[in-house]
Amino acid sequence: MSWVRTEMTLAQPAPPGERGAYAWVRKNLTASVGDTILTILGIAIVAWILPQVINWAFINAVWTGPDRTVCATVSQGGIQPDGWTGACWAFVNAKFGQFMFGTYHIEERWRPILVAILFVVLLVPMLIPRVPRKGLNAILLFLVLPVVAHFLLVGGVFGLPHVETSRWGGLLVTLSLSFVGMAVSLPLGIALALGRRSQMPIVKWLCVVFIETVRGIPLITVLFFASVMLPLFLPEGVTFDKYLRALIGVSLFAAAYMAEVVRGGLQAIPKGQYEGADSLGLGYWQKMGLIVLPQALKLVIPGIVNTFIGMFKDTSLVLIISMFDLLGVVKQNFSDPNWATPQTPKSGLIFAAFVFWLFCFGMSRYSMYTERRLDTGYKR
Amino acid sequence: MASQEILRQEPGRGSFINDPKIRALFFQTLVVILLFVSIWWIVNNVIENLQRLHIASGFQFLRNRAGFDISDTPIAYTSDATYGRALIVGLLNTIIVAAAGIVLATIVGFIIGIGRLSQNWLIRKICTVYVEIFRNIPPLLVIFFWYSGVLAVLPPPRESYHLPFGSFLNQRGFYFPRGIWGDGSWLVLVAFVVALAMAWFVAHRARQRQMATGQQFPVFWTSVALIVGLPVLAFLLAGMPLTFDFPKQSTFNLTGGFQIKPEFLSLLLALSFYTAAFIAEIVRAGIKGVSKGQSEAAAALGLRSGPILRLVVIPQAMRIVIPPLTSQYLNLTKNSSLAIAIGYPDLTATAGTVLNQTGQAVEGVFLMMIAYLVLSLVTSAVMNVVNARMALVER
Repeated sequence: MSWVRTEMTLAQPAPPGERGAYAWVRKNLTASVGDTILTILGIAIVAWILPQVINWAFINAVWTGPDRTVCATVSQGGIQPDGWTGACWAFVNAKFGQFMFGTYHIEERWRPILVAILFVVLLVPMLIPRVPRKGLNAILLFLVLPVVAHFLLVGGVFGLPHVETSRWGGLLVTLSLSFVGMAVSLPLGIALALGRRSQMPIVKWLCVVFIETVRGIPLITVLFFASVMLPLFLPEGVTFDKYLRALIGVSLFAAAYMAEVVRGGLQAIPKGQYEGADSLGLGYWQKMGLIVLPQALKLVIPGIVNTFIGMFKDTSLVLIISMFDLLGVVKQNFSDPNWATPQTPKSGLIFAAFVFWLFCFGMSRYSMYTERRLDTGYKR
Repeated sequence: MASQEILRQEPGRGSFINDPKIRALFFQTLVVILLFVSIWWIVNNVIENLQRLHIASGFQFLRNRAGFDISDTPIAYTSDATYGRALIVGLLNTIIVAAAGIVLATIVGFIIGIGRLSQNWLIRKICTVYVEIFRNIPPLLVIFFWYSGVLAVLPPPRESYHLPFGSFLNQRGFYFPRGIWGDGSWLVLVAFVVALAMAWFVAHRARQRQMATGQQFPVFWTSVALIVGLPVLAFLLAGMPLTFDFPKQSTFNLTGGFQIKPEFLSLLLALSFYTAAFIAEIVRAGIKGVSKGQSEAAAALGLRSGPILRLVVIPQAMRIVIPPLTSQYLNLTKNSSLAIAIGYPDLTATAGTVLNQTGQAVEGVFLMMIAYLVLSLVTSAVMNVVNARMALVER
């Protein structure tokens, strides 16, 4: 006499309180009294800051203009009404060439632009995993491009006029310093990390002392070292370009940090991998190059990219040894009497911050993408 | 026969070139020789260069008259003082800004880091935006932003902003009333120390009692009452020996009060806001690193959300947090050398001036390196002690 249901009941939609915008708001904004207070506080902060920022950066901003008068109020000798505040993008606009190239001769600026185009053309296929011929691409990008770029940028050969590195500036210096620094610091860091884990005590201790000393002192001290002491270390008459000195300082500094990141990866590889390579009869370099390093480097990609990001940001410090990278050029232009207004520094710095942010954020997102792609599922 | 042959061949099998021990010895000898040759070469060059440029060597210059002024001097210093004293002033300034920055960065960083894990969508997003902005721009740029973008465009002293409690803000910095302690104020200090000792004692006894009987005691509120109450009582008993020196506005400047210069203020704000973004990520990773089972188990035992966080999650999260936190503290200390860019006289800035005046680059850079290495070592030593107390104690 029992009744058995023969078909499944249909799935019911969730009750109205559990779906849709209302449920989302209840769950994410007003879950409890404290939460509601926080939400109100958050709304207050956003409502206080956002309109000011938008007003300043867009609505009240001045986009074009010949000189400081467009960005100054009447009492400051300009055309804006008193009490006006807004971004002076006209300043950025007028100085854009300098921000990019420094005082590189205007008629020669096609050279850094050409290098930039070559760089992008080689970099983009390198970054897209599906494009083939990665080996050739890497050789072109890391070995051929620096040589070509050197001849193009410095000149003095093939009928190109010579441009001293003291005329380089702006984003050109920031990007070239950090690109060469990255290309140098990664192999150097790997060498130091291998040295630190070496069986040979003297090699090991040399690497330890170098890494720990460099990591213990600020980059400025390293740059001081490179700019003040390096000339003393060399025999009379041998001088280094200031740009090259900064490059050496930045690369050595980044290499020490890179070494620690790589060491982390080397330590994470199980001992069986080393022993397996040994039992196959591989020599030290074959073992490291074919078995250990490919796995270790893959593990520490986030760390490597973090070091790259740190290094990219650190290139801004070269302004302390009076070289003008992007930040340096922006800061140098604050004192231009043609553009000195209360709004100028803020606008210039925000522009520079935006450029730095774009590169660093891009790098960190790309590293997250690579991490996901290379995740072979070891992690449980 | 055959086995004898093999035995005889054994020592000669493969040449000594392939013996790893001999190889290691060879390479290391090579490295040592190379190292000594290059050191000899460098030392030789340095001596030659110094002689050619007529620069003295040695540390005698530390006793010479400095002859330059320093704007922030925590200890007495005039331009007649020695180079050595100038460097000590610089070192103290570095320590002051680093210590203040570490405290501020930790507070802001923990708030933002916990905010990133909040249930609240809006708070989460605000904190994410903060972290993503500050992590991706150079600290030097943040310093300049505060210095030339914000503080330098404040009104001149005559039109200072009036803030509560008689403090002022203008382009020469932040002024607030300076407290002047009169006679009998030692009583307040003594009361404070006594209160600290009593609070520790109460906590100790309460813990013992809870271990023995399971009864709890409101330690936190008792300690607050002790630490706030006793000094206030002593203050009243001593006849309120505190007066304030308020900053006063005159025609061109503010006089009196305590002035925080814009250099220090922008350096402190920039360093702590920049480092806070990194600390926030560390805190977030630490809290996420505590497995969910821990808080679920605590909830199953009947703990409420406050005690779960305080007694179960945070102690375990701290184990993950402290090592990277230490390296952020070290980074902040090292980044304080960026002070040179805005003219705050920290160690790097004063050492740079000394180095330029005397020309003794080798000694100057050497002292700078030693000072920073010692600071780093001290910071990591302190944090290692904290870490050892926090670490997992196994049998």
